[in-house]
Amino acid sequence: MELLDMTAVSLAAAIRKKEVTAVEATEAVLSQIEKSEDKYHCYVTVDREGALAKAREIQKKIEAGFEGPLAGVPVAIKDNLCTEGLPTTCSSKILENFVPTFSAQAVLNLQNAGAVILGKTNMDEFAMGSTTETSAFGVTRNPWNPEHVPGGSSGGSAAAVAAKECFYALGSDTGGSIRQPASFCGVVGLKPTYGTVSRYGLVAYGSSLDQIGPLCKDVADCAAIMEIIASHDLKDSTSMKRDDTDFTKALKEDVKGMRIGLPRDYFGEGLDPEVKEAVLKAAEALRDRGALVEEFDLSLVEYAIPTYYTIAAAEASSNLERFDGIKYGYRTENYEGLHNMYKKSRSEGFGPEVKRRIMLGSFVLSSGYYDAYYLKALRVKALIKKAFDEAFAKYDVILGPVAPTTAPKLGESLSDPLKMYLGDIYTISINLAGLPGLSMPCGMDSKGLPIGLQLIGDCFQEKKLIRTAYTYEKARGVFGGKGEEIYGKAI
Amino acid sequence: MENSKTAERKMAMANIISDETIEYVGILAKLALSPEEKEQAKKDMGSMLDYIDKLDELDTEGVEPMSHVFPVKNVFREDVVTNGDMREDILKNAPGEKDGMFVVPRTFE
Amino acid sequence: MAKQYETVIGLEVHVELATKTKIFCGCSTAFGGEPNTHTCPVCTGMPGSLPVLNKQVLEYAVAVGLATNCQISRYCKFDRKNYFYPDNPQNYQISQLYLPICRNGKVEIETENGKKFIGIHEIHMEEDAGKLIHDEWEDCSLVDYNRSGVPLIEIVSEPDMRSAEEVIAYLEKLRMLIQYLGASDCKLQEGSMRADVNLSVREVGAEEFGTRTEMKNLNSFRAIARAIEGERERQIDLLEEGKKVVQETRRWDDGKGESYAMRSKEDAQDYRYFPDPDLVPIVLDDAFLEKVRAQQPEFREEKMRRYQEEFDIPAYDIEIITGSKHMADIFEATVALGSQPKKVSNWLMGETLRLLKENGQDPEDIRFSPEHLAKLISLVDSKAINGSVAKEVFEQMFAKDVDPEKYVEEKGLKTVNDEGALRKTVEEVIANNPQSVEDYQNGKEKAIGFLVGQTMKAMKGKADPGMVNQLLRELLTK
Repeated sequence: MELLDMTAVSLAAAIRKKEVTAVEATEAVLSQIEKSEDKYHCYVTVDREGALAKAREIQKKIEAGFEGPLAGVPVAIKDNLCTEGLPTTCSSKILENFVPTFSAQAVLNLQNAGAVILGKTNMDEFAMGSTTETSAFGVTRNPWNPEHVPGGSSGGSAAAVAAKECFYALGSDTGGSIRQPASFCGVVGLKPTYGTVSRYGLVAYGSSLDQIGPLCKDVADCAAIMEIIASHDLKDSTSMKRDDTDFTKALKEDVKGMRIGLPRDYFGEGLDPEVKEAVLKAAEALRDRGALVEEFDLSLVEYAIPTYYTIAAAEASSNLERFDGIKYGYRTENYEGLHNMYKKSRSEGFGPEVKRRIMLGSFVLSSGYYDAYYLKALRVKALIKKAFDEAFAKYDVILGPVAPTTAPKLGESLSDPLKMYLGDIYTISINLAGLPGLSMPCGMDSKGLPIGLQLIGDCFQEKKLIRTAYTYEKARGVFGGKGEEIYGKAI
Repeated sequence: MENSKTAERKMAMANIISDETIEYVGILAKLALSPEEKEQAKKDMGSMLDYIDKLDELDTEGVEPMSHVFPVKNVFREDVVTNGDMREDILKNAPGEKDGMFVVPRTFE
Repeated sequence: MAKQYETVIGLEVHVELATKTKIFCGCSTAFGGEPNTHTCPVCTGMPGSLPVLNKQVLEYAVAVGLATNCQISRYCKFDRKNYFYPDNPQNYQISQLYLPICRNGKVEIETENGKKFIGIHEIHMEEDAGKLIHDEWEDCSLVDYNRSGVPLIEIVSEPDMRSAEEVIAYLEKLRMLIQYLGASDCKLQEGSMRADVNLSVREVGAEEFGTRTEMKNLNSFRAIARAIEGERERQIDLLEEGKKVVQETRRWDDGKGESYAMRSKEDAQDYRYFPDPDLVPIVLDDAFLEKVRAQQPEFREEKMRRYQEEFDIPAYDIEIITGSKHMADIFEATVALGSQPKKVSNWLMGETLRLLKENGQDPEDIRFSPEHLAKLISLVDSKAINGSVAKEVFEQMFAKDVDPEKYVEEKGLKTVNDEGALRKTVEEVIANNPQSVEDYQNGKEKAIGFLVGQTMKAMKGKADPGMVNQLLRELLTK
């Protein structure tokens, strides 16, 4: 097998068995980056020297007996996760030269497990967007078809996995930002239960919704990465103490008796027929393996988007106040006085989508509107959570599409923000309810673009998702790519 | 289904997003928008708020607003000094620095 | 006849809590560090940093709430108060608006007009801001975040006060309670206690309150009293001229004795409060409240009553000593070491107060230990040193907390009780002062004083004056 086609788990095994070294793997992936980065632009920063130095260090440690399920495997990190000494821009001009002095806890967990960090991946500015087109540093292209977007906001991470420019990547998911690009790029992505992965060091967008998770080649990788990054972190008050993070134990080919619900509202108007067909076929495959699959009515689906945009925009408007040109980041060159400096730095530093959400968020929190908008949204959030609680009383897993369509063409989405927001309809409520959601490829459309399947679990039920996904992956067989540069083809 | 209350609100919304509102929100958010951006913001915010008004279809009487999705509570740290002098790190990214402090435009009258 | 006006005052009092670390991070709260040396990613608002609540802050806040007869919220949360200013690194302050920790309390104050309750609307926890320093040379400001994130409680009173005397009595009362709790040293000058005055005026007998203003930058009781008088007059003048009082925040300039409005058009005063998603709710159970309640100290009134029963010292001394928790602690600890209460009280009321006044210090600044005071008293009791040496030793103790026994030993200040040596000196003094001797023998009683003085001088103060007196009389009547 080609080195670059290896999954993270298989590469780690090969390194352990001395079939390949961490340095060779890092060199291979760096030359792949060199080869295809011009085409796809997955990265904002590639740390060539740092990665090689780290690979040499890890290789020595491994030879000295260091063990770790993913030791020596090169990884890409979304550019909103702080990395000590490595620029962290959130793909925004306002943080263009920002170099954190500490690393995110999830990144530290990876480093402690022997990961080799390749660099920082492109994203929608401050994770606000669904296409990676709002990046201040240029678009990322979908490796399956460079005329199309990779999805977003973790588009750089998803594309880097698909383009074999890393073995796996970390992303963040506030309303679908891991699952949707994973779907568009034909890779596996997981948004864990809120509180499972520490948010310390994740540059906040919507703090009550943000979670870090993996983007990777298969379900086994997903489980292995989750075991490493999940931790109870005393620096994050919302971090949860869990004793069931041995996710790889759930890699079982067995869904007998698993109750799987298909929400009717996830298959209605607006869903591309090809996507619908592929997702229903996946449900059938699981039924064939013994799962109990049935349709049901999950209420309130259409209210998730307005609820989400109210809450996320409100939190973002506050979270992004710290970018003011004083302590770090961009400061405008010419200004008259303090408030002019604030306004000019922020107006020049933030892109249009970020400004749009800051304006909306500031408005819904402003005097006279807080109750009508913000509190109302928090009340609907409670109802949405309740609807999921009721669903999970009946089902182990909810199955549906990740997005209404496959990856749109570049430039198609940004013209109408509201339309772009509507694309988040199947992913967004999961964040509102704090639930885990897994995205994995389940087919291709006639344009040759991947279709994603979404599995949603009750809180803390990642293992059910992993078991279902693993079983489906075996049933599905190898997910084949068309282009030689895409992961999957060579298997 | 759009009930009459929502229709009323939508009417009201068109009035709310006035030039003054955009100006006011700009002051709150510390954003200076160009005239074109202001027009665009008025349009975008108006249509988003109209869309958000969909929530009025739901009766949420008696529903507690949910800010935290899980009932996590009482997360504390002990009162023990754990941090040393990190000044160099803290100032590393500052656009302006003098005498170990951040430089800002004068704040005193 | 001119209209009669009544002043209506409510106070917002900020108190810096005496924790070792900041409210949301492990940085030290110690004063006096170089700028920005007590900072970290959390208290400077670095991207990706997150707050975690210091448990001691909660305990102090609850303790103050209990001491001020508040209802303690069983469920409370933190909210973000959003406003841009460079001393506020996140451009939002973490505070409590919707569900504060304490509500509906009251404290009793006493003025010349008698006793009265002042209602407490609420007490909430929040973080302090950094410091801005103006740089004259480069016409810019500099920010130091050492104070950013220092824990505060804000005590919001009801508009129950009607005069500067009541305001000061209320502040004294709060200060006393909080100092007794050890929750803060409450120093106005140093900013560990800050009071903002909300003031309005209305015609005597009116039902409705007038429009109020908020006065900031008041850092002494004197400034508070002057600001209240100034603002009362300013508002009455406006009303008399048929103008309206504008609801606004004003800054007091104590040097000029006037205030000015702080508003600018960039100040929308719309703080967009919402629950901070980075912090989880606080749920207090009975066990927690009982624990804090059990730790409540004996407050001043109880202490005064007990002193009256236990110690034979004047009521005035009791009032002064219990006026400072620190002084009362020293008093009790010294008495516990076996010293006679009256003697301890005398040292505190006399020399201690004199030296504090001389140095412009508060009783909270007393540095000597009860052990050393007890030793000093016992040195005097055993006549090892005389009164004037004791005062000299005390001054050293006051300044540097020296051990009196060691100090007396090292400096050789012990009274010479060896009668032979003393007799020799007395004989020399008699020989050298024939005139005084003659005066004494001619019945001039006063002359003995001079001779005692001369002897003490020759002994470098290390003699017992009583003994010298006795010896002189004995030798002169021979």
